[in-house]
Parts: sequence; C-alpha cells; structure tokens
Amino acid sequence: MDPLMPPPIRRISLEQAPTVVPEPAASNGNGHAAAATRSAASAAAIERMRCDQVTIAYGQKVAVNRVELPIRQGEVLALIGPSGCGKTTLLRSLNRLTELTPSAARGGRISLDGEDVDTLEVTELRRRVSMVFQQPNPFPMTVFDNVAYALRDGASRRPRKPALAEPVEHALRRAGLWDEVKDNLDHPALRLSGGQQQRLCIARALAAQPEVLLMDEPCSALDPVSTTTIEQLILELREQIAVVIVTHNLQQAQRVADHVAFMYLGELVEYGPSEQIFHAPQAQRTRDYVHGAFG
Amino acid sequence: MHASAELAGPSRRTRPRDSAASWPLADRIGLGLCWAAGVTLTLLATAIVLYMGVKGISQLHLSYLFQHPTADVDQSKSGGFLDPIEGTLLLTAIGTAIAVPIGTGVALWLVEYGRPAPLARTVESAVEIIAGAPSIVIAVFGLVVFSQPAFAFLSFRATGADAAFGRSFVIAGAAMSLLALPLVVGAVREALLQVPNHLREASLALGKTVGATIRRVLLPAVRPGIATGTALGMGRIIGDTAIVILLLGNTLGTESADGGLPGFRLLRGTGSTLTSYIYGNSPAGEGGAPEKAYAAAFVLLALVIALNVLATRLARGNLSALTGGAAWTR
Repeated sequence: MDPLMPPPIRRISLEQAPTVVPEPAASNGNGHAAAATRSAASAAAIERMRCDQVTIAYGQKVAVNRVELPIRQGEVLALIGPSGCGKTTLLRSLNRLTELTPSAARGGRISLDGEDVDTLEVTELRRRVSMVFQQPNPFPMTVFDNVAYALRDGASRRPRKPALAEPVEHALRRAGLWDEVKDNLDHPALRLSGGQQQRLCIARALAAQPEVLLMDEPCSALDPVSTTTIEQLILELREQIAVVIVTHNLQQAQRVADHVAFMYLGELVEYGPSEQIFHAPQAQRTRDYVHGAFG
Repeated sequence: MHASAELAGPSRRTRPRDSAASWPLADRIGLGLCWAAGVTLTLLATAIVLYMGVKGISQLHLSYLFQHPTADVDQSKSGGFLDPIEGTLLLTAIGTAIAVPIGTGVALWLVEYGRPAPLARTVESAVEIIAGAPSIVIAVFGLVVFSQPAFAFLSFRATGADAAFGRSFVIAGAAMSLLALPLVVGAVREALLQVPNHLREASLALGKTVGATIRRVLLPAVRPGIATGTALGMGRIIGDTAIVILLLGNTLGTESADGGLPGFRLLRGTGSTLTSYIYGNSPAGEGGAPEKAYAAAFVLLALVIALNVLATRLARGNLSALTGGAAWTR
C-alpha cells in the first residue's frame, strides 16, 4: 500500500464488513427515505471491481496517479473533481476504453470479480462492464435495433426480431423508456428527443445484462426533467448492478451517490460515503472543493 | 447541419440585419466580388444548360435514342446513338462497381486503422496522385499494361500477334474506376471524420469488435458520403473521353468479342460512349455532324443532371430515414 494514500480508503475493510462505514445521520434536507434506501443498498453491497495502484499516463502526462478504489454492486459510486482531474480517464480504464487512445499507458491492476481485466477478452469485459457516454449517441438504426445490437453477436442481424422482442422490451422497461417508444420501435433512434436518446443508450448498455455500468456525465447534455428521470433510474439500477458515475455536478453526486471519490490532479484525494464527503470531508482540498472554493 | 439549425434559430430572425453600407471599403469590395463571382457562375451554368437545351432539343429526334449508329456521310442515314448511350451506362456501371467498394474500403482503412502510419501516408499520397493524374495519362498507362499478352483474356489476341488488343469495356471500366476512386475515398473519408468518436466507442463499449462497429454502425452512418462519392465518381466517368478513345476501342457500335464465356463477351468487346460520339461528330472529329453532336451532348447533360439528382435524393433519403434529419452532438 502506498503511504501517500488518503486514509478513508483504508478504513473500509471490504472482506470482513459489508456495511462499510456507518452512515452518519441524514442531517441535511436530502430526504430520509432516500437515505434509508441508500443504507439498505449499501448493506447489500458486494465488491465487483477494484482498482489497485492504477496509474494512467498519456505520453509523459500522468492523468491518474496510483488510485485505489472498490466498486460495489448495490451502490452508486460517484467520481467528482474539477475538469482534467482524471475522473473520466479512470472511468474509461475500467472497461479498457483507454486502450483506444494510442498514447495512453496504464499501470497497476484493475480487477473484475477478482480477475485481472487485462486477462479477460476485451469484448467479454466490455459486455460485462458497459458504458453510457456524455453525449446521447444512438446508432443510426431503429430504436429496436439499437437495443438488439447489444444482444446480437458481432455484426450479425440474428437472432431476428421475434426472438429478441422480449429482452429488448425488458431493457427498455428497465431504462424507463418502454411506454414512450413501444409504438415507434421501428423509427430511427435519432428522431427521439435528447433525454429519450440517453435513456435508449442506457437501455442499450443494460441489454446485455452487464455487471457494472459506467456513466460519463450522462446528464450534462440534458434538460432538468430528463436529468431527474435518469437520476431516478440510476437509483433503481443500483440494486442490481454496480454503477459508477462521473459528474461535474455536485448536487447530482449528492442525490445519487452512496460513495463518492474526489479526485484532484490525477490523485484520489478522498473516498468515502457520500455523507462524509459532502458534510464532513477529511481532506482540506475536498472541503474546499465541495464548498465551492475552486472547481 | 448544426450550423443550419443554429442559423434557423430565433436569434437570427430578430437581430437587425447589419447593412453592408456601414462596412469598411475593402470589405464592401470583397463582398461585391464574391457576389459577382456567384452570379457569374450561376449565369454561366444557366447559359450552358439553356444553350445545350435549345440546341439539343431542336436537333434531337426521339428515334436517335433507339437507333444504332451507322457510318454514313448522309446524316439522314447515319442513325442515332443507342450504342454510345449503352456504352456510357455500361462503362459507368463497371467503373463504379470497382471504385465504390475499393474506395470505401480504402477510406475505412485510412480513418479507422491507418496503421502503420507511414503506410497510411503512402496510401494517401497514392490516392492524391491518382486524383491529380490526367485521364489521358491513365489511359496510356492502361494501354501499356493491358496490351501485355497476360491480359489477353480481358480483350482479345489476334492470331500470331505477341500482344493483346488491350481495349475493351472491362479494361476501360477498370481505368475509369481510377478516376472515380479518389472521389469516393475523399467523400467517405470526410463522412467518417464527421462521425463523432464517442459513437465508435459506444459500439466498442458494448463488447463489439472494430469490424462489427464498421459494418453495423459506421457504414450506415456514412452512407450519404458513399452516395455523394458515387455521384461525383459517376460524373467523372461519364464525362471522360480520353480513356474511351484509347481503351474502349472507340468503335461506333458496341461490338462483342468472339469466343470466351457467353456473359463475358460484351465486357471484352469494344464500343463508344456519348462523349466519344460527340467528339467524333463535332467539327473537330471525322464525322462532321454537329447537329447530332448537339443532340448527344444534350442527352449526356441530362443524364449527368439526372444522376446527380438521384444520388442526392438517395443520400438525403437514407440520411433522414436513419437519423430523422438529426445528427449526433460532437
């Protein structure tokens, strides 16, 4: 272990105590019900992924520096921090999307259910660790095919529609989009509104039954109503899969996250339960950031 | 598309149009020149279309479109230009059939793989050189290559000769495909570069391979680009004369070759196109029948315009069917 690592992460002994750090009483106006479900969700948390001493550099520039993080099913982990702090890079490294950047190099170990992600087939890894992007990016095909694409093998157009109708509906229902699109499944996906497109992207990411869902500022291109819908969705998804969300929006992190990791200049400054990060941060830099001293 | 959406926004409508009268003199002169250039170009295009239209329609008899041409000094007996029309269509079909898949493949490789980088740069330069090569140079080169006895199966070989004839529809079509290729590569490349990176990543993030992403996501997304490249390429093929004269044999009628596979005889045969027909019948050529040249030129022009409209329609139709007229945010 690196002696420079911030203390909060070490307090969490994952193997022994699933109920990580006792949640401080919900003293803010965040809603007691939400806090209650949140504790319940955390209690059931199982570690799915883990970052060990993860360092990512673009050429000479170190974007992520020796980060240690657990990612658990049953809770939402939010990565926060100012622009350029490495949170998106860290997120993209979880399903090895960083490998698409030729200059990027990674050190340290990322594991999925104890297996090093480097040893997994990359297509297999990405089916298990799915991702939703900042910009809604439906494929140039119908609403149905967008979801079915994730379920079919490679570029194949099989299995055909009837066989996939049920799983596609299921994915669209999970993303809360079914009622809006059930009559227009054959319409081009790009004709949907921005919020619907983003939920379609979530449905697509959920279709292959991933174990971890990565979200890179999924609401930053959306209006407030769509944002609320998607945040609601995140809270529902958390029960079944591990969710990691990168966000610039501290209120959003506060609304959806169970645990928060604050990054600054590539380093993980502080990791802990949402309540701690926002109401009793241990590190000075975290305090400054969440109180708006910089950003 | 983004730009037009922004321009159509309300801010532009309500903003008072700033008058050029308040601009500095140099800007006003520049504006005037741009305006004049645009108007001149429009007038020129209109003049060409009108002149060819009037001249062509007055000379054109519907029967020309269905009569085989014959060599006769008496113009009332020299027939129509059915064969040159056939030749133009066949050559365009062969040329695009070769150029579009290869050009799309080259563009995909350049944008999506492009490694090793030195090879990609070499390929790019090669495409540029082909784009810049005059068609007569390509034609001469083609004649040298396809006259080799090894290529006799593409044309024919006279008994006793140690060289192939080197002129046929496939040979001319192959040479024509080189004219269209850079235009296809350019258009598809441009279209691929317009596709935001996160769209590729979204497909890869679903556990798809690069190959699957290309086939199911990128190819549909760049279909308008392929259509544009095809239309531009067709325009160049239809308009070219040098390759026809050197590599198609420039026989007045479409002649099938003897022997060989039945379906392949026509492709190994010789013929002419509308452009070579116009050249031959113009005052510069040996035919000396400018009336028929005008009629053929009108048909050629109509063909090119029709193809362009069709390709634009196809591109737009595909685009709106797939995207609803919207596009991705970058």
